Amino acid sequence: MDRIIYLDHAATTYTKPEVLKEMLPYFTEIYGNPSSVHSYGRETRKALDLARERTAKALNADPAEIIFTSGGTEADNLAIIGTATANKKKGNHIITSSIEHPAALHSCQYLEKNGFQVTYLPVDEYGLIDPQDVKEAIKENTILISIMTANNEIGTIQPVREIGAIAKEKGVLFHTDAVQAVGSIPNDVRDMNIDLLTLSAHKSHGPKGVGALYARKGVRLNHISHGGAQERNRRAGTENLPAIVGLGKAIELATQDIEARNEKLRALRDRLISGILSSVEYTRLNGHPTKRLAGNSNFSFEFIEGEALLLSLDMKGIAASSGSACTSGTLDPSHVLLAIGLPHEIAHGSLRLTLGDENTEEEIDYVLEVLPQIVQRLREMSPLFNQDKGGKIYV
Amino acid sequence: MYSEKVMDHFMNPRNVGEIKDADGIGEVGNARCGDIMKVYIKVENDIITDVKFKTFGCGAAIATSSISTELIKGKSIDEALKITNKSVAEALDGLPPVKMHCSMLAEDCIKAAIEDYRKKHLKTEVNTSAKESVE
Repeated sequence: MDRIIYLDHAATTYTKPEVLKEMLPYFTEIYGNPSSVHSYGRETRKALDLARERTAKALNADPAEIIFTSGGTEADNLAIIGTATANKKKGNHIITSSIEHPAALHSCQYLEKNGFQVTYLPVDEYGLIDPQDVKEAIKENTILISIMTANNEIGTIQPVREIGAIAKEKGVLFHTDAVQAVGSIPNDVRDMNIDLLTLSAHKSHGPKGVGALYARKGVRLNHISHGGAQERNRRAGTENLPAIVGLGKAIELATQDIEARNEKLRALRDRLISGILSSVEYTRLNGHPTKRLAGNSNFSFEFIEGEALLLSLDMKGIAASSGSACTSGTLDPSHVLLAIGLPHEIAHGSLRLTLGDENTEEEIDYVLEVLPQIVQRLREMSPLFNQDKGGKIYV
Repeated sequence: MYSEKVMDHFMNPRNVGEIKDADGIGEVGNARCGDIMKVYIKVENDIITDVKFKTFGCGAAIATSSISTELIKGKSIDEALKITNKSVAEALDGLPPVKMHCSMLAEDCIKAAIEDYRKKHLKTEVNTSAKESVE
């Protein structure tokens, strides 16, 4: 292979040329402030409205329900902290899961430090949340349920519709972080009883640094940053117009032909999964075998560490990611892998390969050719390998 | 983020393996934290004549293991004991700040192997002298 095989689409994607093309005039030619009254302002206001319409359409929402933010992280913060503080008089209890993205988890932890109570629901071995657990966790003072649509590490897709129905029945707000899901599975906020939904542009071939929060009409939401009256007084600050234009276009493209794209992705993913599981012993697939994002695969290779694996793959021209402590910048491996019951040492040896539209069968076959050799080389260096050879694989 | 030297020692690690009749063995770290290093040394006349290692860990852990075995091979025990995490990191043209603890692993492991050798060696010496005095 003379080029780099990019298998880290869950981290970010390239901006599609047609998306960039729509963005470019808003840097140099059409640069008015959408809040201005004059013609410059009116022109950018039009672009802002179009992006809002496109985003709303992708979710079956109303344009007035879309709030543009600086990305998924800000949207999660706004959804969780904004609704919790606005509904404080109703109660102070929040339900979330133990496998949320740090943007949601840390927002909940921040609220805990400020007098809120948070229930972190467990998941099963596949990373699935049991809707019954959500139901049983609801108390009189519960004001918000925040459960991600699909997990960023292991790709498991949650029973969002069931959770939405429970939330509606109990009169509790339901937020879902759909950053990984938008463009991969349909997200109909009306049909699924979703009150708040987080999305991001750069996971779906849009630019980085822009995202959106859908907040159903009537949901009380406090500011988390203070200043102007932009975004119907829900998010202060001059709009990042070129990025928002890019988001609108990217989301529009990403939510078209989902099934056709998924079919291709699933075939590649399953070729990769079965190839790795059959050629590398002491390996497991993390996440659900079928209820997972079409482009996601996540493995644990026993006796070796994930960063060493990433460096070795990088030397062979393959870009991937891992949930090992060494790649997270903390001493603990991924909280998601620990939550599905993996012991620390197995969690350290994880590898996430996430596929995108441009990946080919030839690329997958190249990965299947070099990965077993890399794992073998690292295992031969590992003091754990011989000790445990013939031992039981953790499943 | 890694120097060329780190990548070289990671991709082509020196002295990987085990020594069956090692004079000293050191093992530090634990799987929970994501790094374990095991070092085997062979000592003749107070000189480390051979050294091998096995490491479970990240790129920096493998590279520091490799370079530390090079640093002590052919050295006297006293010289080998002068190894520090700083000298390990310097020999690799530096490590990223978050990876400095990996060089601690190498220093601790070399010292553990030498300590193991001294314990065994001291015992043999005592036994030999005890035998001699009986004779």
